[in-house]
Amino acid sequence: MENKLKKSLIAYLFILPAMIFLVIFVFYPIVASIPLAFYDYSVVGQSKFVGLANFSRAIHDHEFWVSVENSILFVGVVPPLQLLSILLAIFVNRKIKGISFFRVLYYIPVVTSMVAVSITWGWIFDPHGLLNTFMIEHGIFSKPISFLNDPRFALLSLMFITMWQGLGYYMMIYLAGLQSIPKELEESAYVDGATRTQTLYKITIPLLKPYIWLCTFMSILSAVRVFDVVYVLTNGGPGDATMVTSVYQFQKAFTDFNFGYASAIGLLVAILTTALSILVFIYGGRKGGMSYY
Amino acid sequence: METLNNKSVNYKKVKSIKKIFSLTITYLILIIIAIFLAGPFIWLVSSSFKTGQNIYTMDLIPHPFTLANYIGVINFISIPKYILNTVIITVSGIVLDVVLASLAAYPLACMDFYGKNLIFSALVSTMILPAAAGLIVNYLTISKMGLLDTLTGVIIPGAVSVFSIILLRQSYLTVPRELIDAAKIDGASEFKIWYKIMLPEVMPAISTIVIFDFIGLWNSFLWPIVVLQDPNKYPLATALKYLSGQFNYKFGYVAAGTVLSIIPVIIVFLAFQKYFINAVAGAIKG
Repeated sequence: MENKLKKSLIAYLFILPAMIFLVIFVFYPIVASIPLAFYDYSVVGQSKFVGLANFSRAIHDHEFWVSVENSILFVGVVPPLQLLSILLAIFVNRKIKGISFFRVLYYIPVVTSMVAVSITWGWIFDPHGLLNTFMIEHGIFSKPISFLNDPRFALLSLMFITMWQGLGYYMMIYLAGLQSIPKELEESAYVDGATRTQTLYKITIPLLKPYIWLCTFMSILSAVRVFDVVYVLTNGGPGDATMVTSVYQFQKAFTDFNFGYASAIGLLVAILTTALSILVFIYGGRKGGMSYY
Repeated sequence: METLNNKSVNYKKVKSIKKIFSLTITYLILIIIAIFLAGPFIWLVSSSFKTGQNIYTMDLIPHPFTLANYIGVINFISIPKYILNTVIITVSGIVLDVVLASLAAYPLACMDFYGKNLIFSALVSTMILPAAAGLIVNYLTISKMGLLDTLTGVIIPGAVSVFSIILLRQSYLTVPRELIDAAKIDGASEFKIWYKIMLPEVMPAISTIVIFDFIGLWNSFLWPIVVLQDPNKYPLATALKYLSGQFNYKFGYVAAGTVLSIIPVIIVFLAFQKYFINAVAGAIKG
C-alpha cells in the first residue's frame, strides 16, 4: 500500500507539468464557459447576471439557426464525399514507377495552410478567375458565375475547397489501411473467380472499416469546426448564405465582444456536437470499427 | 510446332501491348489527379510572375515575365519578420508539446497509481468536445495574465496536446516490460528509466508528433488573430489574410506573398516526406 502511494507521488511528478497547462487551458475553459453563458459579460465594466436571457435570445435568433443549418449541411455533405479518397487510395496502392512521386504531389494541399489554399481557390472561383475564363472561352458558361458571391454556389464552393484539401490526408490513412491487408486475401479471391468490384465490396471495404470510421469521425469533427476557409473567403456571406456556427460565434465574441451571448451559442453547439460525436463513436465502436483508443 | 510457337509469341505480344496500354491509362489518370490537386499551386506560382495586365490569363508560362510582384510584396510587408514569428511559434510549440507529453504519458502507460483511470478518461473526453468552447475563456485567461498581443500568449494555450499524450501512451505500451523490469533490478530511478530506456524506444511516435505539430502550428490562424492586435507579430498564415485584405485588387502581390508563405512548409515536407507519410500511418496504429 505504502509502495503504491510512493509510486503515485512519482507518477504525479511526471504528469504535473503537462497537467498545469491542461487544467488552465483545456479543463478550466470547459467548465468556465458554462457560467459565462448566464451573464451579460462586459470586458471593462460590471458583468450582469441575466439568467437564461442569452439562451432565449439564441433560440429566437434567425441568423444563429441559419448557421446551425449550414453547419449541419457541411457535416452532411463533406464527410460522405470524403469517402471518395478510398478510391484514390486504392488507385495509388500499386507498385509502379514514380508512384511515390504522385502520392507526395497529392499530399501538398494537406501541408499548405488553409489560408493559402483559400486565397488560391478564391482567385480560381473569381468572376474573372481561372475557372470562369476557361468555361467562357470554351462556351460552357455564357456569362461568368460569381461562385463565392452567389448564395446558390457559395456554400458548395466552400465545401468543395474543404474536401479538396482533405483528399490527400484521408488518402494516406486509407493507404496505410490497405497496406495492412494481407495480399493473399485479395489474391485468393481472384483465384476463386471474384471480379474486381466483388473483391472491393466483399473483402477490401470490410477490412478497411476501422479506417473508414476513424476518417469519418475526424472528417465530421473538422466539418463542425470549419472556420478558416469561411472566414477568409466569405465571412459568412453573401447575406448569411455561408454562415456557420464557428464563424457566427467568433463574430459575436470578437467583433461584437458579446462574450455572454457567444458562450451561450458555443454551449448549444457543444451539446449538439457532443451528442453527434458520441453517436458516431458508439455506433462505430459497436460495429467493431474503432480500435483507436 | 512452328505455328504453335508463333501463336505463343503473338499471345505474348498482345499481352504486352495490353500491359502498356493499361499502364498508359494509369499514368494518364495519375497526371489528371495531379493537375487537380497540385495544379492550383502551379497556376499560383505562374501568376505571381505575371504583370498586372495579363494576370487573369490562363497561360502557364508568364509572358512577359516579371519579378515586380515579389519586389512589391517584400517592400510592403516584412516577410522575414513573419517567418521569424512563425518559426518562434512553431519551434517553441513543438518543444513544449514533446517534452510535456512524453513526460505525462509515461506513468499513464507504465505505472500503477491512484487516479490513473480518471485522468485518462478525462483526457479522452476532451478530444470529443468542440474546441471552440475554450476560445473565449482562454482569451480572458490570457488577458488576465497580461499576455494579450504577445507570442507567448499565442504559444502557451496549445503547449501540450491531449492527442500527443494519448499517442505516446499507446507507444509506451508497446515497449517490452522486461526492459523496465531489468532496469529496476539494477536500481534505476523512474526518471532514469524514462530518460534512458523509454524515450529512445518511442522516437517514432515523437517524430509523428513533431510532424503533426509542425503542420498545425506553422499554419495556425484562428488563435493568433484572437490574441494578436499588432500585425507585426502575426505568423505567416494570419499575415497572408491581412495581406489579401490590403491588396484586394492586386492579385500579383497576393500570389507572390502566398507563394513565399508556402515555400518553407513545402521544403520541409519534401525533405521529410518519408516521415510525413509514416507519421500518418503511425498515428493510426498508435
